[in-house]
Amino acid sequence: MSGLSLGDLVFYLVAGVTIISAAGVAFSPNIVYSAFSLMGTFMGVAGLYVLLAADFVAVIQVLIYVGGIMVLMIFAVMLTHRIADVRISNRSVGRLPALIVVACIAGVMAKAVLNTTWHSVAPGTPAPSTYAIGNGLLGDYILPFELASMVLLAALIGAVVLSRKELRDE
Amino acid sequence: MSIGLAHYLIVSLILFALGLYCVLTRRNAIGILLGVELILNSANINYLAFSRFSSGQYDGQVFAIFVIMLAAAEAAIGLAIVLGIYQNFHSIDVEATETLRG
Repeated sequence: MSGLSLGDLVFYLVAGVTIISAAGVAFSPNIVYSAFSLMGTFMGVAGLYVLLAADFVAVIQVLIYVGGIMVLMIFAVMLTHRIADVRISNRSVGRLPALIVVACIAGVMAKAVLNTTWHSVAPGTPAPSTYAIGNGLLGDYILPFELASMVLLAALIGAVVLSRKELRDE
Repeated sequence: MSIGLAHYLIVSLILFALGLYCVLTRRNAIGILLGVELILNSANINYLAFSRFSSGQYDGQVFAIFVIMLAAAEAAIGLAIVLGIYQNFHSIDVEATETLRG
């Protein structure tokens, strides 16, 4: 172990930020803190994407998650009830059984990750990936791409129908 | 030891475990949705890690974009359902919604 290189140090820093804020999401007793630490997790994950040479996906992550989903989540948190009351706002029950289940699953998966020899290629030098992703989306993956637009349309209409105020004429 | 595939898989595994714990223990419906987002992000890290270290192609990145898109649709629908539950039960505690209990 001859000391960490700069790249390794950046990885550990970003991974640490990601994991600590994810722990904030899972353990915080206040739903508002949970929602805001989820934003930290998303930023950390975007950093990991950059380290994985996925520049386009990282930008998408920041735009959609941090810009869209996060705003939606915080909006919903603020709209619903009694967020100031810590005991009610983010109660968690059944901690011990959940901890046991999660520890078992995580243990099995960690063993699988560490004991497998993964097929690996030498990672190439980071290059802009936008061109290849665009070719993929409009070439090999054109059918899922078109289906995605249908799914988004259905989801938007469904969200409007679900959340509109019911008009009853009684 | 330089950073390799296993490092990213372990980070993703920790995110998955935290998200699963969040989903299992939270009684607040929005808390459960936050846990689901953690799990989806951990899956995305796996896609990108395998795409970089194991295939060298861009397929994993395309899959990650589809996952992000489905997560956006899921968040919209999920929060609409949460607001619907709040209108009907005046609470978003999932234990309050036991109308179907036999």
